[in-house]
Amino acid sequence: MPSIISVANLSKTYASGFQALNNVSLDIRRGEIFALLGPNGAGKTTLISVICGIVNPSAGSVTVDGHDIARDYRAARSLIGLVPQELTTDAFESVWNTVSFSRGLFGKPSNPAHIEKVLKELSLWDKKDNKIMTLSGGMKRRVLIAKALSHEPRVLFLDEPTAGVDVELRQAMWQVVRELRDSGVTVILTTHYIDEAEEMADRIGVINKGEIILVEEKAALMHKLGRKQLALHLHKRLEVVPAELAPHRLELTHDGTELIYTYDTQGERTGITTLLKDLSAAGIAFKDLQTKQSSLEDIFVSLVKR
Amino acid sequence: MNLHAIRAIYIFEMSRTWRTLLQSVVSPVISTSLYFVVFGAAIGSRIPEIEGVSYGSFIVPGLVMLSLLTQSIANASFGIYFPKFTGTIYELLSAPISYFEIVLGYVGAAATKSIILGLIILATAGLFVPLHIAHPFLMLTFLVLTSVTFSLLGFIIGIWADGFEKLQVVPLLIVTPLTFLGGSFYSINMLPPFWQTVTLFNPVVYLVSGFRWAFYEVADVSLGVSVGMTLLFLTACMAAIWYIFKTGYRLKN
Ligand SMILES: Nc1ncnc2c1ncn2[C@@H]1O[C@H](COP(=O)(O)OP(=O)(O)OP(=O)(O)O)[C@@H](O)[C@H]1O
Ligand SMILES: [Mg+2]
Repeated sequence: MPSIISVANLSKTYASGFQALNNVSLDIRRGEIFALLGPNGAGKTTLISVICGIVNPSAGSVTVDGHDIARDYRAARSLIGLVPQELTTDAFESVWNTVSFSRGLFGKPSNPAHIEKVLKELSLWDKKDNKIMTLSGGMKRRVLIAKALSHEPRVLFLDEPTAGVDVELRQAMWQVVRELRDSGVTVILTTHYIDEAEEMADRIGVINKGEIILVEEKAALMHKLGRKQLALHLHKRLEVVPAELAPHRLELTHDGTELIYTYDTQGERTGITTLLKDLSAAGIAFKDLQTKQSSLEDIFVSLVKR
Repeated sequence: MNLHAIRAIYIFEMSRTWRTLLQSVVSPVISTSLYFVVFGAAIGSRIPEIEGVSYGSFIVPGLVMLSLLTQSIANASFGIYFPKFTGTIYELLSAPISYFEIVLGYVGAAATKSIILGLIILATAGLFVPLHIAHPFLMLTFLVLTSVTFSLLGFIIGIWADGFEKLQVVPLLIVTPLTFLGGSFYSINMLPPFWQTVTLFNPVVYLVSGFRWAFYEVADVSLGVSVGMTLLFLTACMAAIWYIFKTGYRLKN
């Protein structure tokens, strides 16, 4: 199946001379949820802005469902819904008007039933006649999502959609995103909450300093880098790891109260049984134990630091 | 052609007009009335007829023009500057619309508002002095052409401006003086010969003169020249906008 978005050798140098994107190539698959991760200033928003037509690229090309974003911009843009990172709204407009305006702007005949559905899904229905300036930040965020969904896009960009949204609403929002995905909409999101990417995404891309440094299936990524650690809280402090335990390659925390054993969850044998046997043979007693899986966050941090 | 988008922008902009009805209609009507009280009644009674037209009636076309010019510029420049200022312009830039359609929506709405306003001011004038419109169709044509032309100019200013001060500067420092010196309140034949020549470089002279001819068949310059200059100015504004969009000037990074 051909990809729905195809970014080829895209570069962007701003008028200030700053290069925000450096030869980025990326394919987004039809119907997936793609999470774009990267530290502040990595170029996430710039990349999205180029694809959506807000920023002109300096070099390279982008197609959306086969339509070039420059030559065939009408076809390309009408497929896209964008929820920007900044809360930019028409303060004096009512929720209903601003969402209806977006639908018209994207060339769709008015359809009150669809707008109603979108507003209800985002729990904005009872606010439909409110002026936007009377809404809370999280509600404004949802208004922006409603605007993006008003014209039934096939591709949805969410640039940090859950910044400033409370936990309960965040869950509700992810439910909306999952339903969109189930209806065939491709979703590209950026987030700083790595647990979100971990929970939602099918694939993950990491961008740093304007370059894509990794694109991987989330499951494969977790698998590949997924290590687990067993921490043993000792009864008595140790100065050094006893020589007979050397084969287990244990680490001793510097205060000497904890032994850390690292193992691969995907391995045939984890080696835990032998370790515990050897420990008791060495006369080392522990009062507690704990296992910890390396999260996407650890992976991310280790990638970006490289 | 994305008609839905043009319609959406137009309705959106017009709804801003209705929301701010008080400023947008009441204040020009009040200021026009003040002009009539001061120039028409107080001073005008001491000024002789100009080419057979009483002074009060003579200034009506100029007053309407003054409002058309300032209001067209104010509306159109604010209409496009505000989304730039708040950031909502992202939506316009990411929508499947051409620049031509954006201009149509914004300038169309601004011009509509000016035309309505011009007619309201005309009606207000009718309360103070007897109105006589010799060529109503030509009068309307000038009204529409001027509204469109100066809404285009306002649109350009709105795109050029990167702060609220700049939004004010052009209307205040250029348009208002040009209008006052453009024969709104006098016939340029009343000026010394040297200043008559200088005045011919003022585009507003042609607008006011042609517009006044449609009322009273008296004019400072011939009708053909008025129409020609108005169209020339319209074309210049359209060319400027074409250039702005071709280069993405101040809209896209
Ligand atoms: N209009 C602009 N002019 C000049 N430089 C810009 C402009 N917009 C962004 N940049 C620079 O480009 C870089 C990438 O910015 P971008 O907004 O794409 O980052 P981001 O990955 O979205 O960051 P964040 O996570 O903070 O949102 C930054 O260094 C930023 O300063
Ligand atoms: Mg960003």
